[in-house]
Amino acid sequence: MQWHSIQAFIEMGGYGFYVWSSFGFTFFLMLLELWSLKKRHHAAKRLEAGVA
Amino acid sequence: MQINWLKYASPKTFYPLAGKLIPWFSVGAVLLIAYGLYLGLFIAPTDFQQGEGYRIIFVHVPAAWFSMFLYLLMAAYAAIGLILNAKLSHMMAKAIAPTGAMFTLAALVTGSFWGKPMWGAWWVWDARLTSELILLFLYIGYFSLQSAIDDRNRADKASAVLAIVGAVNVPIIYFSVKWWNTLHQGASVSLTKAPAMAAVMLQGMLIMALGFWCYSIAVILMRVRCEISEREHMRILIEQ
Repeated sequence: MQWHSIQAFIEMGGYGFYVWSSFGFTFFLMLLELWSLKKRHHAAKRLEAGVA
Repeated sequence: MQINWLKYASPKTFYPLAGKLIPWFSVGAVLLIAYGLYLGLFIAPTDFQQGEGYRIIFVHVPAAWFSMFLYLLMAAYAAIGLILNAKLSHMMAKAIAPTGAMFTLAALVTGSFWGKPMWGAWWVWDARLTSELILLFLYIGYFSLQSAIDDRNRADKASAVLAIVGAVNVPIIYFSVKWWNTLHQGASVSLTKAPAMAAVMLQGMLIMALGFWCYSIAVILMRVRCEISEREHMRILIEQ
């Protein structure tokens, strides 16, 4: 374990903003992709149900 | 046991197979990414030059690797689609593009968050950064072309040609730090040399990369399933 306190973990030696923005942005994009696929999947299912 | 692999080249039989694979890769992605984050954020030591700021590499490097790797995979599927006239290959290429573009954007933005504190600039027109930006434009060009042409077969073929031609850019990105005098640092991990970083840093990065790989497979399979059912629906509509 590298950290002595939660405060130090959040501050990341002064790089906190950059580090957390990077991790946050990457996982935000991944979740956004999953969410948009879920919508597309439901739309495709509705189409299928409409045809059958 | 004999498996007839050609059977799975047909969208109809691939659809349920993809459905069975998705949960496994999803679970793999969650576990690997969680473990990678634990190693990267809690276990890996502070870098002696870049302090804690270097921890950005645990998302930046895997995202950059997959931005390039997924492009090559997309171009390979596009080539198979063109040569064998295989519909499923074109669908795979089309399903890979958005995930590749997403990782490219992630690599560019996280790189920017690294550049600001380390170089003092959000962006520089360095060979590595510029060629990675071109990669993003190639992905965008690919799916713009896909949606611009109404005829499915023609859209698949035209965008496949674009994907294949654009593949030239990938080695340019990869070797840019060698070929030009770039501000972007050289490779810390390569196949020929011992990695220039602590073992646990490397381990964290590789585990994150494996997690991104599982994530990519799961998401691409989900998207190709949507593509298969949408195209099937269109076919039925046209026949009616």
